[in-house]
Amino acid sequence: MKQVLEGSHAVSEAVRLARVQVVSAYPITPQTHIVEAISEHCSSGRLAARFMCVESEHSAMASVIGAASGGVRTFTATSGQGLAYMHELLHWASGARLPIVMAEVNRALAPGWNIWVDQTDSLSQRDTGWIQFYCEDGQEVFDTTLMAYRLAEEINLPIMVILDAFFLSHTYEPVDIPDQELVDRFVPPMEPKIRLDTADPHALGQMVPPGAYMEMRYDIQQAMERVPFLYRQMEGIFAELFGRAYGDVEAVQCDDADIVLVVSGTATGTCRQALSDLRSQGQKVGMLKIKMFRPFPDESIRRALNGAAKIAVVDRNCSFGAGGIFAQEIRSTLCNLENGPPVFSYIAGLGGRDITVDTLEEIYYRTKALEQPDMQSVWIGLEPET
Amino acid sequence: MDHQPHSDLIHPGHVACPGCGAAIAMKFALRAMGPKTMVVIPACCWGVIAGPYPQSSLKVPVLQTAFATAGAAAGGLRAALDMTGDSETVVMAWAGDGGTFDIGLQSLSGAVERNEDILYVCYDNEAYMNTGVQRSSSTPYGARTTTTPGLGWKRSRKKNIVEILAAHRIPYAATASIAFPEDMIRKFEKARHLKGGSRFLHVYATCPTGWAIPSEQSISIARLAVHCNMFPLYEVENGVDYTLNYQGNVEVDSYLKAQGRFRHLNEDEIMRIQTMVDEDWDLLMQKVSR
Repeated sequence: MKQVLEGSHAVSEAVRLARVQVVSAYPITPQTHIVEAISEHCSSGRLAARFMCVESEHSAMASVIGAASGGVRTFTATSGQGLAYMHELLHWASGARLPIVMAEVNRALAPGWNIWVDQTDSLSQRDTGWIQFYCEDGQEVFDTTLMAYRLAEEINLPIMVILDAFFLSHTYEPVDIPDQELVDRFVPPMEPKIRLDTADPHALGQMVPPGAYMEMRYDIQQAMERVPFLYRQMEGIFAELFGRAYGDVEAVQCDDADIVLVVSGTATGTCRQALSDLRSQGQKVGMLKIKMFRPFPDESIRRALNGAAKIAVVDRNCSFGAGGIFAQEIRSTLCNLENGPPVFSYIAGLGGRDITVDTLEEIYYRTKALEQPDMQSVWIGLEPET
Repeated sequence: MDHQPHSDLIHPGHVACPGCGAAIAMKFALRAMGPKTMVVIPACCWGVIAGPYPQSSLKVPVLQTAFATAGAAAGGLRAALDMTGDSETVVMAWAGDGGTFDIGLQSLSGAVERNEDILYVCYDNEAYMNTGVQRSSSTPYGARTTTTPGLGWKRSRKKNIVEILAAHRIPYAATASIAFPEDMIRKFEKARHLKGGSRFLHVYATCPTGWAIPSEQSISIARLAVHCNMFPLYEVENGVDYTLNYQGNVEVDSYLKAQGRFRHLNEDEIMRIQTMVDEDWDLLMQKVSR
């Protein structure tokens, strides 16, 4: 049934329908609506889960790690500073191969305090061993949260479902919420591969000497490498049941495009409009939306971008000293292709600044006019010095 | 007390140092707790003693977790057991003084404020022993450690962790010593059966390596700590009902002089420590007789 929901509530509805058993969270704007709604589901009995109101994000992740080690389905949500504070435990969750699902609302990091959208918080967690999905709208947030449980429990890696602060977390859109019975078929009760048991005592998370540590890391890498295949397989089942699919990336009009704009998050919706405008002006432009960031979907990206003359990557984030993070990843994916297209790197929309159709058209025309990319990322929309 | 090594839930051959009070503490603790126990261990000596992969020195499930997280992780595991209908198994967090008094204090306070149905045990060897004897906020006044060396020996007092826990008004908080095994096992059994809320046991655990004492004196020095009232044995129920288990009557002098970590202290300093111990004792007696 279609409902008009905030992006945040698209998450909480998916958590309810996935019959999550332990939820632990600490409040941070703009994530709070997610866990407030889940608290209500728990107190009203709509969701039979234990909700832990912990005293920090560090403890939020630690407690869901404890719960997942007990073999139950878990959830937490955070944003910005909270994710940064959680960082140590992100490694613990993936290293322990626990299928934890977390909603992460992209929020700029302080100082200065800024509660608006910026992807640097989640992208700076790229080496923690978490699968990352970036979402465009409320429906995708809902669907991705459900898919995350099925995928995480199959591969035993934790998953971050990522949505833009306010532009998505607080924006109301129609979202199709399926019946419980259908969701139960897609996300059946958890059958944990890891579970502490007094009848069969084992130790988890213990010291691992050099003779075994590297093999454990190799296992995580191998699991990550299987994710694009498993995702396609899982999404096929999702599409059969629910009639929707997203792909690890989505290529729009890339086949005949000279220039492809690469975007993620809510900027994708704006880019669809820019694409339509530019096409009506006769411009041969395409768009590549990146949904899966970890593992980085190299094959899909190469396939989508190989025919283009130039690639323009729009990054709502910055790795200081290296520039836009998606651009770096795209470059490294394309660098061994014969005659791979040059990558133009743009930074826009940090700290909640709008990325408008005009912003994207400016990026397009700038890329078109240049023979070669600049060495550094180019910042779009900076206020002139006063 | 019976010696029943065959039924102990700790394997022989673990890697604790000779005379390690923390290993002795675990042996007694599990004797009281039994096989329906899950142990949550943050970074501490026991992170090593529990055994490197693929071995385990305990015959019960162990979850090792990040340094600051024993309280939170134990609460999460408890929640999972509750959701799967297992009310019998007890979750026992098992942390050193660093993981309890210092880096783990926030998550411990959070867990007991929520009154999580867990037993939290701090085995206290009064410094970061696993990393090579650095001072913690549990290190007593006067002690030398590798970060309070030479003339820079520690000049601030040991934090009173039981009072902090009692201030949370949890159902049960108590001290215990490896030199008083019957008392210690009784307290673990009491904590095991007091289900439904947070229980805290502060266990005095000698460290021959860090304290510069002979390993065979591990128990006798632990006994002296109780005899001189440096480490009183007592229980606090609901944060208000205090019960004293033992009254000591010797001076701190013999306790301090038995240990290398206090060897540099002169008579004035020893008197000063005696005064501190007397003050703390008086404060405790006020609560006991209230």
